[in-house]
Amino acid sequence: MSTRLAREGRFINKNKAVSFRFNGKNLRGVEGDTLASALLANDQLLVGRSFKYHRPRGVIASGAEEPNGLVNLGAGDSFEPNARVTTTELFEGLTATSQNHWPSLEFDVGAINTHLSRFLPAGFYYKMFMFPAPFWKHVYEPIIRKSAGLGKAPKRRDDDTYEHFNINADVLVIGGGIAGLAAALAAGLSGARTVLMEQTAHWGGRAPVDGATIDGMPAEAWVKQTVEALSKMPHVTLRTRCMGAGVYDHGFVLGYERLKDHKPTAAGAKHRLWRVRAKQIVTATGAIERPLSFAANDLPGVVLASAARDYVVNYGVSLGDRTVVVTNNDDAYRTAITLKEAGLEVPAIIDARVTADGELPNQARALGIRVETGKAIAKVAGGKRVTGVSVCAQAGEGAVLEEISCDCVAMSGGWSPVVHLWSHCGGKLNWDADQAMFRPDLDRAPTGADGKAFVIAAGIANGHLFSAEGLADGFSAGRAAAKAAGHDKKPGQAPMAEDVAEAAMEPVWLMPQGASYALRSKAWLDFQNDVKVSDVQLAAQEGFESVEHAKRYTTLGMATDQGKISNINGLAILADQLGAEIPAVGTTTFRPPYTPISMASIAGPAQRDLFQPVRKTPMSDWHTANGAFYEPVGQWRRPYAYLRGDETVHEAVNREVVNARENTGLLDASTLGKLIVSGPDAGKFLDMMYTNMMSTLPVGKCRYGLMCSENGFLSDDGVVARISEDTWLCHTTTGGAERIHAWMEDWLQCEWWDWKVYVTNVTEQLAQVAVVGPNARKLLEKLGGMDVSKEALPFMQWADGTLGGFAARVYRISFSGELSYEIAVPASQGRAFWDKLLEAGEAFGIMPYGTEALHIMRAEKGFIMIGDETDGTVIPQDLNLQWALSKKKEDYLGKRAHLRSHMADPNRWKLVGLETLDGSVLPDGAYAIADGVNANGQGNTQGRVTSTYFSPTLKKGIAMGLVHKGPDRMGEVISFTNIGGEPIKAKIVDPVFYDRDGEKQNV
Amino acid sequence: MSNAVSALDGKTSAGDVTIREDGLRGMISLRGDLGLAKLRSVCTGLTGVDFPKQGQAASTGHQGLAWMSPDEVLVMVPHDAVPDALTKIAKALQGQHHLAVDVSDARAVLIMEGAFCREVIAKLAPVDLHPDAFGPGDFRRSRLGQIAAAFWMRDAACIEVVCFRSVADYAFDLLAAAANGGPVGHFPNS
Repeated sequence: MSTRLAREGRFINKNKAVSFRFNGKNLRGVEGDTLASALLANDQLLVGRSFKYHRPRGVIASGAEEPNGLVNLGAGDSFEPNARVTTTELFEGLTATSQNHWPSLEFDVGAINTHLSRFLPAGFYYKMFMFPAPFWKHVYEPIIRKSAGLGKAPKRRDDDTYEHFNINADVLVIGGGIAGLAAALAAGLSGARTVLMEQTAHWGGRAPVDGATIDGMPAEAWVKQTVEALSKMPHVTLRTRCMGAGVYDHGFVLGYERLKDHKPTAAGAKHRLWRVRAKQIVTATGAIERPLSFAANDLPGVVLASAARDYVVNYGVSLGDRTVVVTNNDDAYRTAITLKEAGLEVPAIIDARVTADGELPNQARALGIRVETGKAIAKVAGGKRVTGVSVCAQAGEGAVLEEISCDCVAMSGGWSPVVHLWSHCGGKLNWDADQAMFRPDLDRAPTGADGKAFVIAAGIANGHLFSAEGLADGFSAGRAAAKAAGHDKKPGQAPMAEDVAEAAMEPVWLMPQGASYALRSKAWLDFQNDVKVSDVQLAAQEGFESVEHAKRYTTLGMATDQGKISNINGLAILADQLGAEIPAVGTTTFRPPYTPISMASIAGPAQRDLFQPVRKTPMSDWHTANGAFYEPVGQWRRPYAYLRGDETVHEAVNREVVNARENTGLLDASTLGKLIVSGPDAGKFLDMMYTNMMSTLPVGKCRYGLMCSENGFLSDDGVVARISEDTWLCHTTTGGAERIHAWMEDWLQCEWWDWKVYVTNVTEQLAQVAVVGPNARKLLEKLGGMDVSKEALPFMQWADGTLGGFAARVYRISFSGELSYEIAVPASQGRAFWDKLLEAGEAFGIMPYGTEALHIMRAEKGFIMIGDETDGTVIPQDLNLQWALSKKKEDYLGKRAHLRSHMADPNRWKLVGLETLDGSVLPDGAYAIADGVNANGQGNTQGRVTSTYFSPTLKKGIAMGLVHKGPDRMGEVISFTNIGGEPIKAKIVDPVFYDRDGEKQNV
Repeated sequence: MSNAVSALDGKTSAGDVTIREDGLRGMISLRGDLGLAKLRSVCTGLTGVDFPKQGQAASTGHQGLAWMSPDEVLVMVPHDAVPDALTKIAKALQGQHHLAVDVSDARAVLIMEGAFCREVIAKLAPVDLHPDAFGPGDFRRSRLGQIAAAFWMRDAACIEVVCFRSVADYAFDLLAAAANGGPVGHFPNS
């Protein structure tokens, strides 16, 4: 059984108990435990069920590579799925439940799948669930959804906060083992602004466990001394619990700092996402031990050899009383020695190599441990945990020579450098046949905009598996990085490490090498996704020869662990099956993040009220206090209608329209874009930007203008006013202000850079109010201060003056068809001006109206709306706006595009009005039905509805639409689609439904 | 001008880093040839500060100059002094291609004070805020969270932020949330 030993652990404080719950059981750990070590100390070896076969799963590793130990953490608003037990630090009151089991972890119905495994081979889902098609949705998917999957999605909103942090650094070192510390030390001593990130809570990595000596002292002491030295350097930042998650272009790195995972009641953000812009990056990310592939290697109690000694040394926890070590290298002997020295039994070391006579094997023998060379594990015995192993010859096919009873198997198939961060941005790898591993090729590093390398791999992550060379490599990497970042100062003497000499490892990809199908089909490669040796071999047989294809076909290396311990073994099996060399098969692509990071850390502060900025006009508070029913327009919120009493939105809209037509309406038009365009070449410039002529507009007058993209499609519209000889004010749509400003700057900066034109966006400088209706003039006259008569201020003119004491610019323009003024005042006085209008307008029946009333009134007048009548495929000609396309101008944006044959095609759909025969409202977006079907068997169409409303003025439905040759078909009745009902008949009419001659607005 | 109200009407937030909306400030966007002696002298004359270099701002109280782009400078004067300042600029630059526009009311000014105000900005803006790279007098146009903003250091414990008026409350709440998250402890002496 697994238990807490009497000895101390490096990370724990045995005097401080911590209580926690797992699957409803109250358990006790100690301060410094991870959830994994605490569970193991309670003999809770079983932590979950596997993805496909629901096999019992135990902890296999001690760090970020753990594939099995995933749990649901917390509950309610702090619920988090897929928490890795090996990297979850224990805290008082922690609650965890295991995943992917039903009804319970101990008894799982889905485990029947393991007996059906011969019917669930690689690619099973692709093969099985193809036919019949309807079965997928109604039968297969619901069942598979229930039986597959890891953590559950949270049901409640996350209660925590998250933040980002942006920094620049000369040198960013990822990994706080001895190589990373040495790199940071060299960079820091060179004077570089340095950041060192370590994903765990502890510095030093494996060296203190594995027993290296540095500068004559134990690794642990050197680590402490170095961390202290680095802490004193003001230009060096050290961060534990901060994982280098991804390396991106231009030296951008994401660091994922877990601030509160280990103390959830603390103040502040739970996670902090460091957004680092580094000149140079050192990846000192260490290495991950590989499992060995033998039958039933997935039983709880079969663990990585390094993990077995980590739990003893760091947490004072043993995984079993009798541990069989199985290996192809010397390093695993450290585990046997550590266990033996801790007073635990090691019945045998099974070494696949024919000879093992290095220093470590001899040390093990001296301790009385039996070493069996040339041997392998044929099969592990046990159910929910290991009970023994059968030993066979590695060279054979699995004939059992001996059975050894044990409750733990510690395996080591060698080490794979963590090359993920090196590879994220394109760093290339070489296959090191001697050490059987991929290692970075420093000559093919990720390169920046200058073509120079910006990532340096260091230490074990660079393929230097031993402390002496790894430490030296780390220091020189730190120095090289500092130098490349412009810090030439000599960092002084590099630290020196000594370690025990190790004999060469021997690649072992299958144990025994001639294992039968029965053994291979129980030899796990990927523990999380239930991929076995036989599955990868089947994939290769079926033609999935590319490693990327084989991955997707078998699911090898997918899901939360992304195959950290399984990928190399899997591709070695694939290579063997294909008869190819391992480097020829290659690896799958390493993509960020290194281990999953919380979605919320990516969102950072963008949650709740800060989810998205909402732009507000100076009058917004009034709107909110007066029944505004909002709609989003760009990033603004605009009142759609103002609700009074218990009226519906529809009733409010109708009331607002009628009142504006009969009395006085008030519209907050502040959101409309306002761009000042000025300079000696401004007229010439605007003639290019707009389809119509703006340079000839007299000072004091206004003109409606259209803008097209260079491809001729309508992009924006608005009223342009000429302010002075060399200055124009261009109104844009609400959503178009920033876009059109950028569009103008684009042309001025990139194409016509020598034209003397400046553009300034004054959208927010001005609060703008439309005063609309037959009483509009009377209201302004009551305010007084300037002459707004028909003579002094005719339609489509503007004037500066004062109104009721407010400095104002008054435009005589109308989007409603009524007598209308749009009045701009400084934004700081917008609210006061609005209040003044409401007060003075009481006698004239004033009522504010929202965007829906605005839309209805413009539709009654047949005015188009960008975004309704246009959708990026519509040209002015489609909307009968030929009059606004200047024939006098040599050029304007869109002119040449309009000459293209498709644009000039007389068969384009064109704007018309539509009136249903029964007065009902056409559905928005409905299509006009034409005879016959198209090549895809779909009904033909001959037009579509672009705007449709109930007109309270005309008391019937009105609509605009684009119809094939529409203007030539006045009076014709056509049918429109009506989802769930009979087609609706509508007559093609003039789009101007109200006051065709414009008498109302021109009074 | 009793009708004139700033975006947040002087809202404040307490804490180790305080934030306060500074009320109305006169701002003129001046585009033109920044190398022109006449332009520089009218700007310095209006504000009493030196003409800023690229990426810098100079300010005393409500007056100051900020380098916005190679052809734009932000002229800050008291809010009620803008019309007079515009007249002076027009006079000084008569015959020169330029554009001076009152943008006072398009903006909001937030002042942040406290030991780790530098880190508050670093939580929100992709800018190098290390003291070696950003100190008193340095000015950046960048973003805070999801909005455009500009900011500069008045002194080691005071940063002034300018954003658009329509998003002033988002900016205020964002800064307050970042300040509430506490110090990171990354920058030396912060």
